[in-house]
Amino acid sequence: MAILVDEGTKLCVSGITGREGTFHAMNNRRYGTQVVSGVTPGKGGQDVEGVPVFNTFHDAVAETGANTAMIFVPPRFAADSILEAEDAGIALVIAITEGIPAHDELRVYNHLLGNPGCRLIGPNCPGILSPGKANVGIIPASFFKEGNVGVVSRSGTLTYQIGNELAQSGFGNSSIVGIGGDPVPGSSFIDIIELFEADDETELIVMAGEIGGSAEEEAADFIEEHVSKPVVAYIAGFTAPPGKTMGHAGAIVSGTKGTAAAKAEALEAKGVRVGRTPTEVAEIAAGLAGELVRSADR
Amino acid sequence: MDLLEYQGKQLFARHGVPVPSGAPASTVEQAVAAADEIGYPCVIKAQVLIGGRGKAGGIKVAQDRTEAEEHARAILGMDIRGFTVHEVWVEAASDIASEYYASIVFDRAAKKPLVMLSTQGGMDIEEVADNNPDAIARLHVDPLLGFQDFHARRLAFEAGVDADVVRPVGALLNKLYDAFANEEAMLVEVNPMIVTSDRKVMALDAKVTLDANSLFRHPDNAELRDAGGEDPQEQMAKERGLTYVKLDGNVGILGNGAGLVMSTLDVVAQAGGKPANFLDAGGGSKAEAITQAVEVILSDSKVSAVLFNIFGGITRCDEVAKGLIEAFDQIKPTVPFVVRLDGTNDEEGRRLLAEADLPNVHAEATMLGAAKRVVELAGESASGGGEPEGETVPPGEGTETEMGAADTRAEAASAAVTSPPGEAG
Repeated sequence: MAILVDEGTKLCVSGITGREGTFHAMNNRRYGTQVVSGVTPGKGGQDVEGVPVFNTFHDAVAETGANTAMIFVPPRFAADSILEAEDAGIALVIAITEGIPAHDELRVYNHLLGNPGCRLIGPNCPGILSPGKANVGIIPASFFKEGNVGVVSRSGTLTYQIGNELAQSGFGNSSIVGIGGDPVPGSSFIDIIELFEADDETELIVMAGEIGGSAEEEAADFIEEHVSKPVVAYIAGFTAPPGKTMGHAGAIVSGTKGTAAAKAEALEAKGVRVGRTPTEVAEIAAGLAGELVRSADR
Repeated sequence: MDLLEYQGKQLFARHGVPVPSGAPASTVEQAVAAADEIGYPCVIKAQVLIGGRGKAGGIKVAQDRTEAEEHARAILGMDIRGFTVHEVWVEAASDIASEYYASIVFDRAAKKPLVMLSTQGGMDIEEVADNNPDAIARLHVDPLLGFQDFHARRLAFEAGVDADVVRPVGALLNKLYDAFANEEAMLVEVNPMIVTSDRKVMALDAKVTLDANSLFRHPDNAELRDAGGEDPQEQMAKERGLTYVKLDGNVGILGNGAGLVMSTLDVVAQAGGKPANFLDAGGGSKAEAITQAVEVILSDSKVSAVLFNIFGGITRCDEVAKGLIEAFDQIKPTVPFVVRLDGTNDEEGRRLLAEADLPNVHAEATMLGAAKRVVELAGESASGGGEPEGETVPPGEGTETEMGAADTRAEAASAAVTSPPGEAG
């Protein structure tokens, strides 16, 4: 089944006429995603390799029935674009942009609380890939095939690294979801794990976290209460010193809060196995998958 | 981005938060002139991005010109816990009846600003939180609604501030929130917020952290970067648009993607190595970007080996290999490099590197293998010593060096190479 993106996705790309926007929109289309429109104010009426461009999301939705938006505009315009997509009735907004001001994200997040019909993934995320069905974003799809492992991660290339290790161990993926590295993500580990728990295709869940904030600790509590499927975690940043932002705006240890060690402990305390390297994550997953097969046989 | 105290106070003043009058000074002459202007007694305060200034002797009251000069001379240039004092803030002395505490924090977990107020100011707020948590009044503000008068009253009455200053304390909080929201701060802390004997309320200290991602729309704030406090490498990296954090060790690290780089640091540490830095080169495979990144890493003389960890998604490994070959042609590094290319076109990338047969460059296929290799090489290279950057050197590890340098580096090497029981494969 997969989650969030699939054959029913109708994608509208904000920033489709920019270099990156065009490149990735076309990649997504080549993969099989229905890319139905783009939005660039002032370029309405043009097209990008046959994909019609509109001045506003409202026009794009009215004319093409888009239900998913990919936000690929620079930081100073991104929050506004997210809000515009929501206002136009888009149900799923995937914000790739990195560098959006934290206060913008705070406002967007709090505004979206009032609209359960619109889900935000990201910002500062690589997007969502459901192998064999659809790819929205910049995840390199060729490494992954369909299967039963759901992946949710705060990072980009580290996700591909872990995903690749899983693939080399013979695993396929239901969906790979990047929730992004910013301090106020639109969706949390909990939000995505909840979807994986309800998804028939997903039998094993892998979560990749990192220093900063308390999302992994909160996920640990949620998993104990609500998740029956096995979960394996990886946490990056054991070696990161406090007080220094490690690349992602959200990856900073403040005082004693948000350390990798604390996150690993919190997860292990709730029965989540934590791999110490990406390779170990795949090894643990292989062990758990073996158990799944054995229990299915009974 | 952290601001110095006086920068925070100037920011407060822009939003009407009452602060004592003062002036910055970076020389003794300027400090004395400022003190004369402000009048006596005044306070000479070290401006550094670290706490504990008072204990270190960085905050002194001057009763007259002689003392002002004496204190300025002592404080300017002093080292406070690793930070050099380049500037002081000369401030009118305040007469303090009470010391309160107020702060606004960007609370990620709640996804709302958190406002805190306490009458237990002037001391470590973490201690108050531990010993007497009820002494801190706190509430979250809906960022779409903003800070309302009733929020101020609620905090003031809950914290138990003196009845006659409930209004001015509330007004100060209101303006503080204004500053927090409009300047896009992650933290605004006033400790102490004082009540004077003539019942005025003022911010006696200012600790402000701004969101680095917001600076593009606050050019005044963008200029406040404290260049004096930066590492030369971090400065260099910033100028080149690279994300770099300096650490303590001797294994230079470069990768594409912040999570992957953090992971690389962890894996190297598990292999017994000590990372020298974090550097995210992003999605670039262009020679110029790689050259610049390598230069930044190598400008840290402690680096005795470098690990290049690339997972190519959209980025193609053969392009990265070409970029590397060009970069190495320019730089001719004298410390060993371990290059690990995985992902799109990885075999082609590794083949190109092998063909180029660069001295001091070793290719590895896996992340774990690469980490172990670089730690080995860092150890050997450290005890063999390295030549100063830019001079040609015979290829391979274990070249001889000056005796003095070898001793300390050998110590570092053995510390680095002693691996704790780590990962099995």
